[in-house]
Amino acid sequence: MDKKKKRSITRGVVLIVLLAAIVYTVYTSATKEKVEVLQVGDKAPDFELVDLYEGDLKHRLSDYEGKGIFLNFWGTWCKPCKKEMPAMSNQYAIYKDQGVEVLAVNIAQSEFEVKRFIESLDVHFPVAIDQTKSVMTAYNVDLLPATILINPEGNVEKIITGEMSEQQIASYMESIKPEQE
Amino acid sequence: MEKLICVCGHENPAGTKLCGKCGRPLTEEAKESKIVDMKYDGAAIRSKTRNKSIVDKVWNFFSSVKVGIALIIINLVAASIGTIFPQEFYISVSTEAEKAAYYEDTYGSIGKLYYELGLSDVYNAWWFQILVGMLAISIIVASIDRGIPLHRSLKNQRVKRHESFMKRQRVVAEGPVANGDPAQTLNMIEEKMKSLKYKVRRDGNALLAERGRFSRYGPYINHCGLIIFLAAVMLRLVPGFYVDESMWVREGEVRAVPGMEGYFIENEAFILELHDNEKTENQELQGVNAVAKNFQTNAKLYKQAEDAVPGQTDNLELVKEYSIRVNHPLQYEGYSFYQMDFRMNELSVMNFQLTNKETGEALGPVSIDLTNPQDEYIINEQAKVELLGYYPDFSGFENGEPQTLTPTPNNPAFIFKMTTPEHPDGEVSFVAIQQTIEPNGDNEYKMAFQGVETRNMSGLTVHKDSSIPLLAVGGAIFMIGVAIGSYWNHRRLWVEQLEDGTIRLAAHTNKNWFGMKKDLDAVSEYAKLPKYLDQSEEIEEKEGDSAL
Repeated sequence: MDKKKKRSITRGVVLIVLLAAIVYTVYTSATKEKVEVLQVGDKAPDFELVDLYEGDLKHRLSDYEGKGIFLNFWGTWCKPCKKEMPAMSNQYAIYKDQGVEVLAVNIAQSEFEVKRFIESLDVHFPVAIDQTKSVMTAYNVDLLPATILINPEGNVEKIITGEMSEQQIASYMESIKPEQE
Repeated sequence: MEKLICVCGHENPAGTKLCGKCGRPLTEEAKESKIVDMKYDGAAIRSKTRNKSIVDKVWNFFSSVKVGIALIIINLVAASIGTIFPQEFYISVSTEAEKAAYYEDTYGSIGKLYYELGLSDVYNAWWFQILVGMLAISIIVASIDRGIPLHRSLKNQRVKRHESFMKRQRVVAEGPVANGDPAQTLNMIEEKMKSLKYKVRRDGNALLAERGRFSRYGPYINHCGLIIFLAAVMLRLVPGFYVDESMWVREGEVRAVPGMEGYFIENEAFILELHDNEKTENQELQGVNAVAKNFQTNAKLYKQAEDAVPGQTDNLELVKEYSIRVNHPLQYEGYSFYQMDFRMNELSVMNFQLTNKETGEALGPVSIDLTNPQDEYIINEQAKVELLGYYPDFSGFENGEPQTLTPTPNNPAFIFKMTTPEHPDGEVSFVAIQQTIEPNGDNEYKMAFQGVETRNMSGLTVHKDSSIPLLAVGGAIFMIGVAIGSYWNHRRLWVEQLEDGTIRLAAHTNKNWFGMKKDLDAVSEYAKLPKYLDQSEEIEEKEGDSAL
C-alpha cells in the first residue's frame, strides 16, 4: 500500500509542476508588457542628469532620498507638456519647502530649444536634458507628457500620462510630501 | 491493489496482459487471441491499473493516446487559423486600439472576432498557450505511463517463456531438428545469433537472442527532445532571456540601447550603395529605378562604467566597432544589432548668408547646426546674428507664437535678429522654408538661404535569444529519438529445447519483419531448425477466404 501512496504523490507532483509551468507561461506572457514597463511600487531606477543651467549641478535620484520627487518628461513640441508647466512651477514654489523636488526631463532636444522654451514660459524648477534617451528608456516613457511620482522611500508612487490640471499637480505633490518630524 | 498471480507464481500488477516472468497470457482476451499484443511487452500501462483519486483521473486523461491526438489536432487547427489573416507583428500599428480598428476595418466583423479571440496574436493567446501546455502534459504523462513499465519489463526479461506465450507469437516453429546432433542445437543457435550481433542468454534448455533493444526507447527519447524544445520556448518569457527591440539612431547620435542596460550605440555613418547598372528589362517592368547593393551602418557600441546610472554620459567605454550590414549584425555578448531600416537626408545643418537686400552685399555666412543651435553667430565686430527662436517642425502660429509639431527638423523655422553696421539695434526676421516674415516692417538685411547639409538615420533591431542553444539541444535529441525509433528495431528470438530434443521457437520484432525473417532463415539453415510459420499470414489468408 505504501508503494501505491508513493506513486500517487509522484503523479500529483508531476502534474502540479507541469500545471505551474503553464500558469507561469500564461501569466508572464499576459503581463509581459506591464513587466517591462515600470510599475507602481517598484524601486525607481536611479539616474543622473546634468542641470540645464548649472553644469556642475548633477541631479542624481539617490541624492534626493527622503524627498518626494516629481519627475516630469516633456518636449517642446508637446502641447499638453507646455500647458501644465506653469502649474507645476506654481505648485513647486509651495511644496519646495515641504520636501518635494521637481525635475523636468527634456527628451534629447538641443540646449538652445530647451532654454528658450523654459525662458519663454517663465517657469522655475530644475530642468535637465536626457541626451541619450537612457533615462527615458529606464523609465519606459513612451508618450509625453509623462510624470512619475517617487515617494521619499525611493519607490514609484504613481505614473501619470497626459496633461495634469493644477489641482491634480497639487494633490500629487501632497501625496509624495515627506512626513514632517 | 489487486494483484494478478500467474500460475508460475509471479505477482503481476492489475492490468498486466502477459505475465512478466513466464509470458503466460493473463487476460481472457489475451488467452483467446492467436497472436498476443506485444505492445509494451504486455506490461500493465500505469494508467490502466487504478482509477480512483482525482490525481489518477487527471493522470489517466492525459495519458490517453486519444486525448493526445485530439490535442495535436486542436493545436494544429488553431495555429492554422492564425495564418488566415496577418499576425499583429506584421501590421504597422502600435496601440491596442489601432490594432482592433485595423482588423475590423480591413476584414469586417470576422476580423473583429478574429482580433477579439486573440487569433491575431495566436502564440500569445492564453488559450493557445494552455493548449500547448496540455499537449506537453500529455506527452510527459503518456511517456512516463508507458515508458517506465516498458523499461521494467524489458529489463527483467526471463529467458524461458511459457508455451502459451511462445505459441501466441506471430512467428513460431516447433518440431525436431532436421539432422545432426540435437544436443548441439542450442549451441549452434547461440553461435549463429551472436555472429548476427544478437545478445544471447541461456537458461537451462531455453535461449533468448535479442538485438536492438534500445530502439524501443526511440519514441521516449524524441518526446524528451520535444519537451526540452517547449521548455526553451517557455524560457523566452523569463526576463533577460529574450530581447527583441527596435531603435532609430541618427548619424552622430549616441543612444541608449533598449533591452540592454548600460549600453549605448553611436551611428557614425549610414551608407546606401546602389548598383550602377543600366535598367534591366525586369526593372523596367516593375518600375524599379535602382537596386540597392548595400545598406550599412558604421556603429560603435559603448558600455557604461559598472556603477554608472542612466543619464550619465561620461565614462563610456568603446567595446566594439563594426560595420553593420544586412545579415552581418554587430554581435556582442549574445546581443545582435541588425540593419533593418533607414531614412535618408534629414536636415542637419542650414547655411545662410547675411545679405543686404538692395545691394546684394554679403556680410558673411552663418551656418546653423540644427542639433545644437547657438544663441548668437558673430560675423565681425559690427555684424552678428542672434537666434531668438528655433522651431524644427514649424506648423503655424498660435497666439502669434510659432509652433513645432515634432522635434524632427522636417520644416525648420527661425527667428533671427540681425545686427549690422546700419542697424546696431538689430532687425528681426522670421525665416522658414519658402516664407519670410518681417514683423517690424521692411528690413534692410536678410538671411539668404545658401544650402543644407543632411544626415541619415538607421533603424536597427536589438536581438538576443539565449534559448537558442537549448532549442538546438531539444531539436537534436528529438531527431536522435526519431532516428533510433525508425532505423533500428528490436528483434527477439526465444528458443526452448523440449525433453525429447525437439525445438520450439518464437520470434518477435517491433518492426521490419522482413529483417527478422532473414535472420531466422540464416539461423534455421545453420542449426537445421524446423520451418517457421508466420501466423499473421495464416490469419489474413483465412480472413481473405471468408470474405470470398
